[in-house]
Amino acid sequence: MTASKNIVCPVCGASCDDIQVELSGDKINVKNACKMGNAKFQEIVGSHRILQPLLQEKGMVRPAQWEEAIERTAEILADARRPLIFMGSETSCEAMEVGLHLGEFLGAVVDSNATVCHGPTAMGIQEAGRVGATAGQSKSRSDLAVYWGSNPLESMPRHMSRYAVYPRGYWTRRGRFDRTIITVDPRRSITAENSDLHIQLRPNTDYELLSALLTLLHGKRPHPSVEKVTGVSISQMEEMLDLMKNCNFGSIYVGLGIASSYGKHRNAEAAFNLVKELNAHTKFVIGALRGHCNVAGFNQIASYLYGFPFGLDFSRGYPRYNPGEYTAVDLLRDRDVDAALIVSADPVSHFPAACAKYLAEIPMACIDIAPCPTTMISNVVLPGVIDAMECDGTFYRLDDVPIYFQPFTKSPFSFTKSNEDTMKQIFERVKAIKR
Amino acid sequence: MTAATNNTTIIRNGHVFDPLNEINGDIKDIFIKDGKVVSSLTSAEQRDATIIDATGKTVMPGGVDSHSHVAGAKVNAGRLMRPEDHYKSVRTKTALTHSGSGYTVPSVYKQGYDYAAMGYTTVFEAAMPPLEARHTHEEMRSTPILDMGAYLVLGNNWFVMRCLKEGDVEKAAAYVAWMMRTHKAYGIKCVNPAGVENWGWAKNVHGLDEPNIHFEVTSREIIHGLAEVNELLGLPMSLHLHTNNLGHPGNWEITRDSLAIPSDIKPSQKTGVEWAETKMNSRRKQSVYLAHAQFSAFGGSSWRDFQSGVAGLVDYVNKCDHVVIDNGAVPFGPATAMTGDGPAIHDLYMLSGQKWSNTDVEMECGSGVIPFVYLKSSPISSIQWAMGLELLLLINDPWKTIMTTDHPNGGVFTQYPQVMTWLMSKKARDDTAKECHKWAYDKSSLGGVDREMSLYEMAILTRANPACTIGMAYRKGHLGVGADGDVTIYDIDPGKLNLNDTAALTARLARPDFTVKDGRIVARQGEIVAVPEGRRYYCRPHVDDALEKEMLADVKDWFKYYTVGFANYPVPEKYLKNPVAIPVHNAEAEALARR
Ligand code: SF4
Ligand SMILES: [Zn+2]
Repeated sequence: MTASKNIVCPVCGASCDDIQVELSGDKINVKNACKMGNAKFQEIVGSHRILQPLLQEKGMVRPAQWEEAIERTAEILADARRPLIFMGSETSCEAMEVGLHLGEFLGAVVDSNATVCHGPTAMGIQEAGRVGATAGQSKSRSDLAVYWGSNPLESMPRHMSRYAVYPRGYWTRRGRFDRTIITVDPRRSITAENSDLHIQLRPNTDYELLSALLTLLHGKRPHPSVEKVTGVSISQMEEMLDLMKNCNFGSIYVGLGIASSYGKHRNAEAAFNLVKELNAHTKFVIGALRGHCNVAGFNQIASYLYGFPFGLDFSRGYPRYNPGEYTAVDLLRDRDVDAALIVSADPVSHFPAACAKYLAEIPMACIDIAPCPTTMISNVVLPGVIDAMECDGTFYRLDDVPIYFQPFTKSPFSFTKSNEDTMKQIFERVKAIKR
Repeated sequence: MTAATNNTTIIRNGHVFDPLNEINGDIKDIFIKDGKVVSSLTSAEQRDATIIDATGKTVMPGGVDSHSHVAGAKVNAGRLMRPEDHYKSVRTKTALTHSGSGYTVPSVYKQGYDYAAMGYTTVFEAAMPPLEARHTHEEMRSTPILDMGAYLVLGNNWFVMRCLKEGDVEKAAAYVAWMMRTHKAYGIKCVNPAGVENWGWAKNVHGLDEPNIHFEVTSREIIHGLAEVNELLGLPMSLHLHTNNLGHPGNWEITRDSLAIPSDIKPSQKTGVEWAETKMNSRRKQSVYLAHAQFSAFGGSSWRDFQSGVAGLVDYVNKCDHVVIDNGAVPFGPATAMTGDGPAIHDLYMLSGQKWSNTDVEMECGSGVIPFVYLKSSPISSIQWAMGLELLLLINDPWKTIMTTDHPNGGVFTQYPQVMTWLMSKKARDDTAKECHKWAYDKSSLGGVDREMSLYEMAILTRANPACTIGMAYRKGHLGVGADGDVTIYDIDPGKLNLNDTAALTARLARPDFTVKDGRIVARQGEIVAVPEGRRYYCRPHVDDALEKEMLADVKDWFKYYTVGFANYPVPEKYLKNPVAIPVHNAEAEALARR
């Protein structure tokens, strides 16, 4: 049996780094992780792990040798005129970096999960900037937390207990009792039920509500029609704004409710502007509740390596960025790529049907740990290594703090140590073919 | 140039400017073997050497930037929020080099190539937040060619403030030593002491003796305390200070008073390194290194009566021996203001209403980023332009000054050649003064300054002195025997220097004929021809074991307020490429203990 402490959970953006693991044979005992995290740790001893490379030829799937599968993947990429490399979030920055280098070499498009989750939030930052803080700042100081379009109890179960609501911080020694919680959500979510104030706006009216709050903050009265549009009375807005202006340190956590409802990046922009202006009254910060593990990581490394946070097109030999044009969903819908490498993601399930359909038409390889609709239609399936359990590396947490993770066991494969290793092997073969 | 078959390089017949060796334009050969400067080569080695004919050219040590924002969370926040800065400024990949984008906040590859193409081989990141140190190191690891290091932001660190409040300088020193080893940091940076902690409550401090909220510690106590810690540990560089009230009209006085605080502290460098030969003493003499003085030398009392406050500050610096400054020049054009001083950036936001990003870092520090443009038509920008130059021209002793733009705050590092031209040519200054707002000369003394800096002085401001000031002159900033073989060869014949053809001068400074790094040609006339990996320097200061134990027990308890566990807090060496650990205070017997 091996017992390990301070393990990092690779499931959601909370990147909890206090997981304790006891591994013995085919049993794993996990402490401190939430249900979601625990389920992932169980996969390491689970039965549906992909354990060998698979090749699909003429509709038939067969097991393959590792070298053969790597070679085939390299051929798919090298033969393509405009390949798409899609780096999912459940892998390390180190693997993502290789993906970006490979994409640059090939003149490919490299995109990541942000494109279908918090991409609009990143675009909101590009419009307005973002006033934020690391999670511990809110833990120690925040006496007001606003969950806007987010439901942490489901998407990031330990967010409230580790960072935002329950922990006893330096100036919040009584935990929950020292904090007021507001939830803005069209649904009566469990988070809403556990809040002091639930603003139940109509779906897709975040922009209107944010604008009305800004108007009130400027000391003016919003047009009365806003009550009908949003379903929220102006007096309730005033109540909310009073709580916000009179707290000592407010934290807003925006979720996909903002990024994927009508208005998209304009909602995020409006939220960021509200927070900027609130800082003339009291301390206020805002951040995205990122449901996927290392989705922040891709934004960070793509920005520092090439200058843009996602959806990078290298076809001209330099990085170009234009969300809606060089982003994965749009490229697939427009049938504008001719091959794909998918790493630790399941776009066939999560992208619009037209994209999934097109993916089935083009040559495609993927790296994954378990069967999913994407592996089912891939020409090559390379077994994935589980980051933070079987290899070391870096994740960026929801607040962009980089977390170094160390494994508690090894890769089960003799042919690869990590997804980073696999990506490097693919890159080597691609170079050999192109030479 | 002839091809090399071994590891030797000769730079022949150039006019060498090597101030630390008191070489002022003399014609001299530079010999490099295995990456280091040597006094001579055997005839066999000479035969096989790479030979660069520098006849009629200017030869200087590789450029050293001691203060630039090039790696880490806030720099990347700037990249992420500014696609408009990137669309128009791209670099295409070559067989040898990566692509990239960005003008004021370039991506790391582009940044490394641009520095190298300009003749710079060493660049230090000015502010590394401890909790986000891994990020800074990741970016430095990806930066090509340059040798780098980063200063750890400690001026509002809770543990430091608590120790200093209790008057326990030894414990503070033990903590700082541990933090530097833990995060692989090179020096101590102190940003708006006491003020950034208050920014955790959307407040600031405005005087040296104003205790901050809860910690009840003053800027004066922090500056003095950290300067003392710095010398108790014997770090290679002195305390690096970003003063309170930065960017506020009339702040030159608090800056002067801040500089006076560590005047009683003796510099004490106790690094266990081998020093390359120099004629002059290349150890640092200062106990405080003031960052981007221009932003801290504002006169007037509001934006309406704004004027240069440089004269008063310079008056003080000219009289004392414990201060070095870098100027933080403003060469006009787009910039991205970014600093660990969160409230200062909020002030800019209140003025400009621009998009604004901020990240406070739990228990440690903060940061802010905002786009900015310095316009020649703007009276304030024009005065700031004048101030940046005044600072370097009015401080008499060039060994007290370093040339920077506080990249990308005052301007972009690629504008250094322009700044050098202004320093070297009165005509260049007068020409610009005619183009910009008349307040440039009306509200500063620059118009009356006749000084024109020589190439020798430029070598001090851009090579020798940054290296001395940060304690890197043991291998950088000069061409003495044992120094790194980092050399810049400019197409400038000192005998025929025409200070009236300012455009040509700028162009020649921007695009040296050769940049040599560790004896290898990395850039030729602006083109990158080799991409070696640089080194990452950090310090390993030590204190007495008992003291360290006592401190660590406290720190571990402190971790309940962090959101990262104690075990996952350090930066492993994996994040550093070619790490060079500099031992400090290494002799066991000498280790700092309780007095
Ligand atoms: S909250 Fe997220 S990171 Fe933490 S244990 Fe649960 S799934 Fe893992
Ligand atoms: Zn700076």
